[in-house]
Amino acid sequence: MIQVTINGQNESLDEGLSVLALLQGRELAGKRLAVERNGEIVPKGRHGEVMLAEGDRLEIVVAVGGG
Amino acid sequence: MNDSLVIAGKSYGSRLLVGTGKYKDFDETRTAIDASGAEIITVAIRRTNIGQNAGEPNLLDALPPEKFTILPNTAGCYNAEDAVRTLRLGRELLDGHPLCKLEVLGDPATLFPNMPETLKAAEILVKDGFDVMVYCADDPIQAKMLEEIGCVAIMPLASLIGSGMGIVNPWNLRLIIDQAKVPVLVDAGVGTASDAAIAMELGCDGVLMNTAIAHAKKPVLMASAMKKAVEAGREAFLAGRMPRKLYSADPSSPTQGLIGS
Repeated sequence: MIQVTINGQNESLDEGLSVLALLQGRELAGKRLAVERNGEIVPKGRHGEVMLAEGDRLEIVVAVGGG
Repeated sequence: MNDSLVIAGKSYGSRLLVGTGKYKDFDETRTAIDASGAEIITVAIRRTNIGQNAGEPNLLDALPPEKFTILPNTAGCYNAEDAVRTLRLGRELLDGHPLCKLEVLGDPATLFPNMPETLKAAEILVKDGFDVMVYCADDPIQAKMLEEIGCVAIMPLASLIGSGMGIVNPWNLRLIIDQAKVPVLVDAGVGTASDAAIAMELGCDGVLMNTAIAHAKKPVLMASAMKKAVEAGREAFLAGRMPRKLYSADPSSPTQGLIGS
């Protein structure tokens, strides 16, 4: 298991998980969202190849109502 | 009459830009925005729930980017770094489209902008290829600095965000409008339709608002009123108002041919 932080929450994940696999596991794959990993954008086209590692800090965001 | 608003090389028929916050639900948001005729709509970027509430409706399903120009904003950011990160996420979310609204706040009580951090963020974003529409104080000097950095639209407040106080300093707005070579839009402070009309009569290129519509008793009706106010104000500006005179002794009806003379 690895420890990561997703949207400010600590989580334990299986090793060898890609960003895409994480999104699929949370029923978020295919939605209009954006992912940042350790301060860098992970482009949609690379979700399948970017693997999560111990200590990663992820931000997963969507558009919400705002002015 | 072809009188479109051109921002970063793209033409828009509507000079009213609206936010998507504070509505009861997405249905009301969409109905109000349709009534406003707005083509550019602002959205905020926030953390999604991570699986606790799968199937939660998504704002961009109600307001598809294929139909509207979505303007991701940095509302809630208090420094340049957070603003830049937020807009990079917004650009990724919207498949690379570079138009964005920069807003760096300085005070949670008044939501007054932090101009040093706004200038810093604008520099970074313009270098990174963003088309930055920037919310700012109604200070002509800093407005000029933002234009020189390369912002594509200058958006001074009319009064504080969410205050509905209207245009409190028309003279500063005039100074900013007179000097600017990019569009100037009033962003924040509009309370009702006459405020929007006054902004346009001053020569603003557009108006951005959220609370004035969303917190009206009847948001959809107010959205329609704002559409008309912005159009009326624009036409009055283009028509050129008559000069103000204390009195004129020049009645509109003929002074000759009165009966009994």
